[in-house]
Amino acid sequence: MSKSEKKIRVLIAKPGLDSHDRGAKVVARALRDAGMEVIYTGLRQTPEQIVETALQEDVDVIGLSILSGAHNTLFPKTMQLLKKKGLTDVVVFAGGIIPEEDVPKLKKIGIREVFGPGTTTSTLVQFVKKSVSKTK
Amino acid sequence: MTQTTSVQQLVRGVLHGEKRAIAKTISIIENNEPEAQKIVSLIYPKTGRAHIVGITGPPGAGKSTLIEKLVKELRNRGKTVGIVAVDPTSPFSGGAFLGDRVRMQDLSMDAGVYIRSMATRNHPGGLAKATKDAARVLDASGKDVVVVETVGAGQSEVEVIKVAQTILVVLAPGMGDDIQAIKAGQMEIGDIFVVNKGDRENADKAVSDIQAMLELAPEKKGWKPTVIKTSALTGEGIADLLERIDEHAKHLKKGAHDERRKERVENELAEALTQKITESMMKELKQSREWKKLTEKILSREIDPYSAADRLLEKQLKNTRKH
Repeated sequence: MSKSEKKIRVLIAKPGLDSHDRGAKVVARALRDAGMEVIYTGLRQTPEQIVETALQEDVDVIGLSILSGAHNTLFPKTMQLLKKKGLTDVVVFAGGIIPEEDVPKLKKIGIREVFGPGTTTSTLVQFVKKSVSKTK
Repeated sequence: MTQTTSVQQLVRGVLHGEKRAIAKTISIIENNEPEAQKIVSLIYPKTGRAHIVGITGPPGAGKSTLIEKLVKELRNRGKTVGIVAVDPTSPFSGGAFLGDRVRMQDLSMDAGVYIRSMATRNHPGGLAKATKDAARVLDASGKDVVVVETVGAGQSEVEVIKVAQTILVVLAPGMGDDIQAIKAGQMEIGDIFVVNKGDRENADKAVSDIQAMLELAPEKKGWKPTVIKTSALTGEGIADLLERIDEHAKHLKKGAHDERRKERVENELAEALTQKITESMMKELKQSREWKKLTEKILSREIDPYSAADRLLEKQLKNTRKH
């Protein structure tokens, strides 16, 4: 077998019931264009599905996209399940419509960073690359 | 991580069907980490139980949706399933969009199904180099059936015979000229042909066109490839397709399997050896004085690249003999 070739694997997931996935797809494509392998699971994912997928696909990073306002229930559930399944190494970030005042709470439960609308794709790419090199 | 303990632990986990171990093992193999070969050597003797089904065909034929229906039916019959879904790596960015899971959402919470998305990582042929070994890991973990879904463009047909025992070629009606849609190579390697999206009005014509072609095709060692019409949407033909896949598995058990397997094994040995020889020799040669001298000669047009290569090979073989 020849030389090692690691790729960053990212899961882009949309928890809950909102059906606006343009943002999630833009992020997915940007990360792909930056050389990463992006697993996109589509709409209406439960926290259980997201964690199960992260486990099977052995992802380095999870990006949660949500615009419905249900982040305060769905994100803690997701983080809890990740811990339960032993996936504490996975870096989780979030994006979509998440009010500023909710961000500190989310960071406390382990969401590494929250990106609002208007975040550039290069910011995201830099963030993912940096956070993966820290944990590896 | 202490090498030996971790490798043993991982392999033990795989053999017990533990998902985390399966996930980590496939990653190690995919990333070509130092432990990869050791892991494969420990897992290989435990493979051979699963029925490996390759699914190829042009993009848009509905392979992923069909797989979801097939797997659900397999699950109804009490079988456990592994799925390796391959998507192309961008030759420009090196990244990939792995979206096959979107069509298999119902399967993500089924404990009897393991899904792994893989990128080709620019391995030629529409299959990742690690696909074969990923299928082996799933086999060793106890799955009854392992489905390998290919990219469906280029020459994935040729690659898929190196990995799978039963090969399905999935087509959809109305994708240009149906006959043309069956590329050279697909006719020869398909064990079962599927016309998906059978609810469309030109589906029956596609089926009879393919049937006509198959009449002319030679029998493959006692197996006559046929065509089945399915609709992943309505569920039509799924049970028939499974019956056919089962029939092929039985046919393989009667002896045809051993011949095809021998071919696959010899191909794989040749590939593995070629890679190792190339790697070890190229490193040495590229750093040799002879390489530099000959490069200069090629640049000044004193010698052509092929003759230069002959000279390098001669020198290398002479050196090997001296030791």
